[in-house]
Amino acid sequence: MDVLKPQIGDWWHALLQGAGLSSGWIVFLDALVITLILLGLGLTSVLFAVWLERKLAARVQDRLGPNRVGPYGLVQTVADALKLLTKEDITPDNAERLSYNLAPGLAVFAVLMLLLVIPFGPGLIGADINVGVLYLVAMGSVGIMAILMAGWSSNNKYALLGGFRAVAQLLSYEIPMILAMSVPVLFAGTMSMEKLVEQQAHGRWFGVVMPAAFFLYFLAALAENERTPFDLLEADSEIVAGYHIEYSGMKFAWFFLAFFLNTLILSAIATTLFLGGWRGPFVEQVPALGIFYFLAKSFVLVFAFMWIRATFPRLRIDQMMAFAWKVMVPTGLVLVLVAAVFVKLPVAPLVRDVLLFLVNVFILLVVAGLVGRHLRLQIKRLSEGAAVVS
Amino acid sequence: MILKVVFLLVSLFTVGSALMVVTHKNLFSSALFLVASFFGVAALYVLLEAEFLAVAQVLIYVGAIATLIIFAIMLTRGMMSGRTSPRNDQAAWAGLASVVLGLVLLYVVVFRVQWPVVEKPVPPDTIEQLGRALVGRYVVPFEVASVLLLAALVGAVLIAREKEV
Amino acid sequence: MVPLSWYLAVAAVLFVLGLFGVLSRRNAVAILMGVELMLNAVNINLLAFWRYTQPENVAGLVFAVIVLTVAAAEAAVGLALFIALYRLRESVNVDEIQLLKG
Repeated sequence: MDVLKPQIGDWWHALLQGAGLSSGWIVFLDALVITLILLGLGLTSVLFAVWLERKLAARVQDRLGPNRVGPYGLVQTVADALKLLTKEDITPDNAERLSYNLAPGLAVFAVLMLLLVIPFGPGLIGADINVGVLYLVAMGSVGIMAILMAGWSSNNKYALLGGFRAVAQLLSYEIPMILAMSVPVLFAGTMSMEKLVEQQAHGRWFGVVMPAAFFLYFLAALAENERTPFDLLEADSEIVAGYHIEYSGMKFAWFFLAFFLNTLILSAIATTLFLGGWRGPFVEQVPALGIFYFLAKSFVLVFAFMWIRATFPRLRIDQMMAFAWKVMVPTGLVLVLVAAVFVKLPVAPLVRDVLLFLVNVFILLVVAGLVGRHLRLQIKRLSEGAAVVS
Repeated sequence: MILKVVFLLVSLFTVGSALMVVTHKNLFSSALFLVASFFGVAALYVLLEAEFLAVAQVLIYVGAIATLIIFAIMLTRGMMSGRTSPRNDQAAWAGLASVVLGLVLLYVVVFRVQWPVVEKPVPPDTIEQLGRALVGRYVVPFEVASVLLLAALVGAVLIAREKEV
Repeated sequence: MVPLSWYLAVAAVLFVLGLFGVLSRRNAVAILMGVELMLNAVNINLLAFWRYTQPENVAGLVFAVIVLTVAAAEAAVGLALFIALYRLRESVNVDEIQLLKG
């Protein structure tokens, strides 16, 4: 068990052995402590992320945001959580009890399980399973199940519509996301999260070498996280909050928690796969710096997520689907193909990286150009149509 | 010892959920139990040290197939109103046949055959070998499977599409 | 180590349950669920035999992967058929669909 490799692990194991525990108990206690640490870390960062999002959106919209509870309103989220806890918990009359009650828990569970394979620092990983990336994708698809259950069992038209949209959107965007994630996997030749970080030494981040894959992942993550411009499953103005319309009090809080945890974890995954994880200057000498680098990179991405949410309008549903299937999936396929070819290219690693970078930028420009041309044509057609009508 | 207990718990969970899948009146609950059963099977794969298949099981069965099934149940929700009994006329005979077949199978696999078991560890590079096998020795089945997937994709879109006037 | 026959027994029970679902259900979606259970049972068998007889030979895993693929294709086409059928007949009960005419 070298889960908590640097110093702490040895100290902890010495302590347990000193207390005269058998190895079975030590394994069990290890698992328990890791779970508790991950839970604590996840939940506290959610508290912070909620505050950040509200503060940020307020700044973008020229407001102050929460500023009453605690310094800069930092404790506002705690107050809100307490308020939600004490609210009445309503179950609609014709709801299907079992799945209605299970859905919020499953939503949080699916996201929390992802924390297990994320390397927060050198050696600081819950469990380094050798199919880590595939595990991330698999657990992500469990979240869809929770949304479906909530949408169906609420016995509400809008909830059901939200459920339908969830399947359409999340399944569609899962495909480009998997394609984008398989690019670094192909390149590194491993699916273990730990080894993926190891491969990105000396500033050779996969996100820098392959910006197109990183960009594709980022867009897909926006959609997977139901954030604008892809927040169609809960679009307030169309289907009044969608699948969680009937949920109140604590159960709503669970969905809210799952949403913010998902934001954090998607950023953490992006950091691990594309931004070198915990790598940074002097991290070999001071391993603790790794945690700082990891959190800093992740929160830069979280910031980008929130920024986009505060500024962008929502897509129409057909545009959303068309974008996934006609733009992102082909781009992803091309990127995987390019990565597969470049891995086998018989040139020096540096030359290969530079070539790959150039090809990636080229692909990005071509795709952006094609989409832009399509949009201009559409606008032109629309304005001509308007001229005929008037 | 612990492994055996875990195995028994997991298989009990799997079989119990499977029983609910085929007997529960409400189709939606059936589908949820199907998901539970898929998870149980994935856990069995983990016990068999086939982590890759376990994760693929969750990804494909839970993430894709079960989601599709639930989606289909939602789209055909007129069928949920209990207009007819969920079982057909031959249910009793089906039950009998299944029980008989099950007993025969259990007798054969548990008591009749001495399985030639070898106690060997799984090689650590199994996933790599699987990848190589898929594009090496088993490349034809692999390619046929991909053509099948493509055909299924096109076919599903074509069949389920609303007819344009 | 858990005896091989235990895995085979679980797979057998799962297979029989799936078979019962297929034979006794009216709703086509429920029948499909039974088929999926049977495929899962087959996969358990494949993997159990792989693990207990030839863990160094990946043939068992390859078969399981192919079964997964076929199951996915089957589910996609099957459910598309049911949706088309429901649109046409307002029913996915297999005993109400006896006419070849559309």
